[in-house]
Amino acid sequence: MTDNGSEPRIITYRQALNETLRAELERDENVFLIGEEIGVFQGSYKITAGLLEDFGPKRVRDTPISEEGFVGAAIGAAMLGLRPVVEIMTLNFSLIAIDQIVNHAAKMHAMFGGQVKVPLVIRFPGGGGQQLAATHSQNLEVWYAHIPGLKVLAPSTPAEAKSMLTAAIRDDDPVILLENLALYNVKGEVPDGEQVAEIGKAAVVKTGTDLTVVSYSRGMVTALQVAKEFEQEGVSIEVVDLRSLRPLDRETICASVRKTSRAVIFEDDMLSYGIGAEISATIGEGAFDYLDAPVRRVAASEVPLPYSKPLETAAMPHAEDLSRVIRETLDATRFKK
Amino acid sequence: MSEVTMPRLSDTMEEGELAKWVKQVGDVVEKGDVIAEIETDKATMDLEAFESGVLQKHLVEEGTIVPIGQAVAVIGDGEPSETESEPDAKPDAEPESDAASETETETETEPESEPEPESEPEPESESEPEPEPEPEPEPEPEPESAEASAAPSSVADKLRMSPLARKLAHDNDLDLDSLTGTGPNGRIVRADVDAAISAMADSGTTSEKPEKSSSSRSSSRSSTSDDDAEVIPLNKIRKVTAKRLTTSQEIPHFFLTNVVEVDRLMALRAEVNDGLAEQGIKVSLNDFIVKAVAIALRQHPEANSSFNGDSLLRHRRVNVGIAVATDAGLLVPVVADADRKTLSEIGAEIVALAGKARDGKLKLAEMSGGTFSVSNLGMFGIDEFTAMLNPPEAGILAVGAASPEPQLRDGELVEVQKMKITLTVDHRALDGATAAAFLRDLKGILEQPLRILV
Repeated sequence: MTDNGSEPRIITYRQALNETLRAELERDENVFLIGEEIGVFQGSYKITAGLLEDFGPKRVRDTPISEEGFVGAAIGAAMLGLRPVVEIMTLNFSLIAIDQIVNHAAKMHAMFGGQVKVPLVIRFPGGGGQQLAATHSQNLEVWYAHIPGLKVLAPSTPAEAKSMLTAAIRDDDPVILLENLALYNVKGEVPDGEQVAEIGKAAVVKTGTDLTVVSYSRGMVTALQVAKEFEQEGVSIEVVDLRSLRPLDRETICASVRKTSRAVIFEDDMLSYGIGAEISATIGEGAFDYLDAPVRRVAASEVPLPYSKPLETAAMPHAEDLSRVIRETLDATRFKK
Repeated sequence: MSEVTMPRLSDTMEEGELAKWVKQVGDVVEKGDVIAEIETDKATMDLEAFESGVLQKHLVEEGTIVPIGQAVAVIGDGEPSETESEPDAKPDAEPESDAASETETETETEPESEPEPESEPEPESESEPEPEPEPEPEPEPEPESAEASAAPSSVADKLRMSPLARKLAHDNDLDLDSLTGTGPNGRIVRADVDAAISAMADSGTTSEKPEKSSSSRSSSRSSTSDDDAEVIPLNKIRKVTAKRLTTSQEIPHFFLTNVVEVDRLMALRAEVNDGLAEQGIKVSLNDFIVKAVAIALRQHPEANSSFNGDSLLRHRRVNVGIAVATDAGLLVPVVADADRKTLSEIGAEIVALAGKARDGKLKLAEMSGGTFSVSNLGMFGIDEFTAMLNPPEAGILAVGAASPEPQLRDGELVEVQKMKITLTVDHRALDGATAAAFLRDLKGILEQPLRILV
């Protein structure tokens, strides 16, 4: 729990999530947690550490290995007024529950003429890089971002993890909270007190004038690092964090590109039909007359992610790839410092 | 190692004179540095380096006339290299064309297929000897990732332009064809438009620069001139004018003169100006003439044409050039689409263009694309004169002063305002009878000036 000091504390993404779950469990008795190994084992990634002990099995439910079953149970509970927070061990296992998520949670409110709400949160980490091989390393958020009726949030910092999880729990629609395995140990300042993110808002996290980099989730770490490197060379990169994949804040993206006239999108997912494709189309529609070079995308190789460390590394997009494409985009416009 | 070629710097440019080398052999050049000054048929412009390196060789000497596309210099890495055959590494060439990129991180290469449907410049007035295929830097195949190779190869000969560059060019009234693209595959990018704008700003001030140099030189005139004459070096405009008029003189041409009764025209002008005085609008006799010429040209498309070597160009737009005398020399700004503009629009535009011409601020685009010209010396009291053709236009109208003359009408002597107009015609483009019919109808319009208003 937070102490009463007003200084922002530096904590991990994991701890921010844990504290927020605890705060929301305390705030609203309708909130409960459900998932595999979240109780006795305290979560596969220890996000729910200590919560079973403090809130008891009624508020922190361990389930069998049955994603379709416990997601369905949570949807039913949500329809009847509870506010379940489901943990699915990783994004990959959500595929077993996809019919529940896409055909039920997402559609219920519209198909029953607004008679029911489904105030459900489904949390899961995505992402590769942990040598978990192809089936356990995916970034399938675009599947969910495609579905009307769902909201998809992707916090990239501990502070956003806190404010977005809070917003997700308090929202009356089903919300997917996309976490990332590689972010759990990332530390950052987290303000004390209640923080509720505005769903559907992107953020310009670094302002710049020469080129816009758009990214989200783990990609933001790389984007900011590369932007800082370019800053030292005198190239001013603006970095936009999407934060909300659905609804998508198209205006913030286009406003940035209208200013910089160049855009590069950095994503962990595959290139084809990805989030980057949607952003690119958005820029084409909203900032066409301002573009001085084609919008470029930096994404993962289109292969099942290999287990072998060197191959896994080679298949994922890195800072050097982003730097190179930024440089090519600058060159294509004869950019001069 | 790469070659610097003569760029196309204006729409009528076929060749440029390498007026001055700004960078010498051995100089280090940065991308964007001015390496030479190029004198075109219109103005002097900067030749910029598209790549950084060391200027390795001048391929032509100062003063040489070089056709567009021909190499004038070589920029290299400073190593004296004899093996010139190595393919020049363009800055945008993607370093990842190797087969290993199968497993490499996938990044999208640019699909180079920007389709440009809307602004295909209609086969326009510019009448440079037929679009000889510009010796473009051959479209080097950009290494593309497998799934991005959707770009049809035919794009290579289309005008490539970034959307931003297109918008800026439009906002600044730049002629797209006059721009040289230095982006990937010759794409015109913002930097190119910016360069063109500043080049124009520079050329706009050339009317002043030479003036300065002339005054500095005139101080030493006693040593360089006869006692009886002061030597005034030619400025750029006078040089270009001299060159073009000499070319003009070679064109087989003839003159046709007509006398126009302008009482009604002058009355109408007075009436129009009275009525519009409150709005601050004032149209001149010359505005009426320009509009009448435009209407007559629309009726006689054969007069709105150019001789083009083995063909005639019949221009779809009616763009009327107006000869403007400036201290620096003769300039001919163009009222584009004069047939589609109202009198007051034409009037306002001519005032603005003439002002810019006198201030040396005329942009290249504002002097380009004329299809016919009007020269009016009426304000000097000149009764009649002949004007020289402004190639490649096939016709120019010389307008004299209106003056009262006695005329016998129904047996009575009456005073009539008369104005003589003389048409100079490129006989290769137009025959006497055709030109005469044009002039007859122009006279008709001027004598029944209400036709100008409808």
